[in-house]
Amino acid sequence: MSDSSRDQILNRLHAAIGEQPQVIPEPADLPQESLDRSQKIEKLKVLMEAVRTEVHVIENQDWTTVLKDILKKRDLRTLLYAPGTPVGDRLQEAWMQESDELPELVTYDGDIEDFKEHLFGIDAAVTSTVGGIAETGAVILWPDEKEPRLMSLVPPIHIAVLQADKIHSTFSEAIEAENWAQRLPTNVVLISGPSKTADIELTLAFGVHGPKELIVLILHENR
Amino acid sequence: MPNDTGPNFQQNASRALDDQQLRKNFKFAMGNFILKRKQIFSDESETEQLRQIGNTIKQRALSQLPQLLERLEQNCSRNGIRVHWAETTAEANQQVLRIMNANEANRLVKGKSMVSEEMGLNEFLQERKIEVVETDLGEFIIQLNDEKPSHIIVPAIHKNKQQIADIFHQKLPDTPYTEDVEELNAIARRTLRQKFYRAQVGLSGVNFAVAETGTLCLVENEGNGRMSTTVPPIHIAVMGLEKVVERLADIPPMLRLLTGSATGQLITTYVNMITSPRKPGEKDGPKEVHLIILDNGRSAILSDPQLRQTLQCIRCGTCLNHCPVYTRIGGHAYGFVYPGPIGKILNPQIEGLKKAGELATASSLCEACAEVCPVKIPIPQLLRRLRNESYTSEHLATVKDGGCKKNLMETIAWKGWEIINTHPQINAIGNKIMSRLGARLPRIGPLKQWTRYRTAPKLAPKSLHQLVDEEGIRHE
Amino acid sequence: MPQESQKPEKVYYFGTCLMDSIYPEAGLAGLKLIQREGVQVIFPREQSCCGQPAYNSGFPKEAQKVALKQIRLFAENYPIVVPSGSCAGMMKHHYPLLFEGDKNLQRVQQFSERVVELSEFLVQSLDIQLADRGQPIKVTWHSSCHALREMHIIEYSKALIRQLQNVELVELQNEHECCGFGGTFAIKQPKISGTMVADKVSDIRQTGAERLLAGDCGCLMNISGAMDYQNVSIRTQHLAEFIWERTHAK
Repeated sequence: MSDSSRDQILNRLHAAIGEQPQVIPEPADLPQESLDRSQKIEKLKVLMEAVRTEVHVIENQDWTTVLKDILKKRDLRTLLYAPGTPVGDRLQEAWMQESDELPELVTYDGDIEDFKEHLFGIDAAVTSTVGGIAETGAVILWPDEKEPRLMSLVPPIHIAVLQADKIHSTFSEAIEAENWAQRLPTNVVLISGPSKTADIELTLAFGVHGPKELIVLILHENR
Repeated sequence: MPNDTGPNFQQNASRALDDQQLRKNFKFAMGNFILKRKQIFSDESETEQLRQIGNTIKQRALSQLPQLLERLEQNCSRNGIRVHWAETTAEANQQVLRIMNANEANRLVKGKSMVSEEMGLNEFLQERKIEVVETDLGEFIIQLNDEKPSHIIVPAIHKNKQQIADIFHQKLPDTPYTEDVEELNAIARRTLRQKFYRAQVGLSGVNFAVAETGTLCLVENEGNGRMSTTVPPIHIAVMGLEKVVERLADIPPMLRLLTGSATGQLITTYVNMITSPRKPGEKDGPKEVHLIILDNGRSAILSDPQLRQTLQCIRCGTCLNHCPVYTRIGGHAYGFVYPGPIGKILNPQIEGLKKAGELATASSLCEACAEVCPVKIPIPQLLRRLRNESYTSEHLATVKDGGCKKNLMETIAWKGWEIINTHPQINAIGNKIMSRLGARLPRIGPLKQWTRYRTAPKLAPKSLHQLVDEEGIRHE
Repeated sequence: MPQESQKPEKVYYFGTCLMDSIYPEAGLAGLKLIQREGVQVIFPREQSCCGQPAYNSGFPKEAQKVALKQIRLFAENYPIVVPSGSCAGMMKHHYPLLFEGDKNLQRVQQFSERVVELSEFLVQSLDIQLADRGQPIKVTWHSSCHALREMHIIEYSKALIRQLQNVELVELQNEHECCGFGGTFAIKQPKISGTMVADKVSDIRQTGAERLLAGDCGCLMNISGAMDYQNVSIRTQHLAEFIWERTHAK
């Protein structure tokens, strides 16, 4: 019976700790530097590029134009996107204006159980992000009903759109500033680059399970 | 009686030392890891600060372990994660089986998990006709070849690409021989995508479980962990009960320490934080998430304030990489799930000193492990303690099979050593006799082992005590 | 720069058991180096061993008895200079652990605080200046694990070598790796230990050095034994003896 296992384990642990457990002081805070916005953008870009992410800083320009150029260089049939999100809606609009030589927009239709076959055949996906971390170089995703978890994992190319003002200096800062402890969603993912492995002779290879390419578009409005 | 005496460590180590290819593979890989860690932790004082934080976080968590586990259970339950407790690995295996049976599931994909290795889960499920597929590339390689991990972070590091090419060619249908690493990866990707697609259950380990929020944190580079915990309708996470931390704010420093120590990375490709199963309206993610919390001897370790430090371990593997013994013999020679310095202190405490006590002798106490441990476990100090536990009187022992190595020969030898070194006259006479005998000392006992690789030490004709006397140095 | 006031009038010298029986000349050289700087050296006659062999092998009770014997012999408030990183590490950092919860703990701590390794003492407290009288020579250096990781004194040892004008120091590729001695480790796991020391010998050979220097007799005994076994004719020497040889007027 696992109920009794639970009690036995907890009883043993309580006994092991004793009546007066050792009091250990709080850990010190991590040393951290405070960066201004352009420094944060630069640091995130450099670090993510170092792990083979393609990073585009888009200043005061329509990002969908840049995206279209990126896509045209690749021979893609389908692009998964999330309508109903600011990123998805803007994308849809841009495709309505002009979509020659561009992949066909597809949506995550239905639950994974029904959509699985389709999903595993899609070429690329565009998602939004809730922020970034300069210190380690990563984007933060909070997948939700509109942007399911597998959008950023199954298609071979993942394009993530990041607002420059959402880049935090450190992970600790992100957790604190946005009060994560009180409002964590089903799943949070930090992503720093394309999927990779070094399991064979420590030789780096990309795209072993997840995307082979990660493209980050940093939208920087500094007007 | 393999159950009673455990694996033959000396024989295993000897065989490993004779395997030049194996030694070359490890030397190359470990050297690389050491270098990468050094690059990422280049600022010594900052690293020291960070290690101190890691040490404090883990010590704090251990000092309130039962409370934190209860809080974790409460918060997980509130979030919809079902929590199970297992006293033993057998019980944990049964729990996995029960969940699978309840869902009529017979296909399981696995992300990398050392606790599942500890459980012997693969063999257990396979005996019950359940397909188990390791999806971490390294684990996949050794599973194909019916082997165990030789390193806790890079399980197939003992194989070079020619050996891996052979395994793929022989074990995977319609796979031509190729040594091209990109191609080998592509083969694994194709094969495993099918498995993810079809599996009904995904199983993973846990790097950190956050009591405050009921969140399971997993780090990885490949994406197989995210696949295993997102595609199949059921996710089972297994964790040793020491993996719980108090607050979400503990995660950033612990992550830095883990990834920096394990692979020399600032951050892994993915940090996957799971707080609940799929919510209504969400389109993917498992409908059920189960967390199995395993004891298997850990609660006993907690009761000793010194040995408790063993439980601070975050399984980064950096002590393996820096260990001059591990680097030479590799992981398999240890004969247990956890190799290297951490294995030398963990296995004897879980399996008992009779079975695993010899591991504690396989260290020169060089302290390379303690110097790099991200949570500052004093491994050499704990090795001394375990050596002592082996020789102590049974009633004074705290570790299983304590006193099992107690024997007259060694007891007398050390008592004799004590008498010689506390009685200067005896010491002086002994020294004189020894130096006269000199090279004629019989090659038996310790000297026999010593002279297998070296000539015997030559005793000086006059001791330092005599020289000092002759020089007229003051004694008081 | 070290202050003149740091230089003590008197010090104790702990000669270590291996120096006593195998490397007495090195022990004496270390002692004379201190004397030459005008410091009186006291060598308590009844000293023997720091207790590390038993401590490391799982016999702390026996180690305690031997340790306590030394502690009683070095009772006055003088620095205790130890020409070994390993024995110094034992006496400075492990004695307080060995006596944790023991009634003698306070006394032990007072003893441990006074322990200083020879190289550090020569550089930090005496600000020793060495005038090299020897022929040009190429040497290499082996760092003992405890000198490196417990005592953190390797830079002092190397600073001393670098003071010698005619000595060229070539560093090992794996200087930070253990030579495989480890006391009873060499006996309990002979093949692993033997492989480690064989690798150390290869590393030493590739430097092309004529001599190997070290600050710990355990390592010296291990490495020289292995070189002898393999017929490698590179001489090994304790740093103190090397310095004394090269700097004293004949």
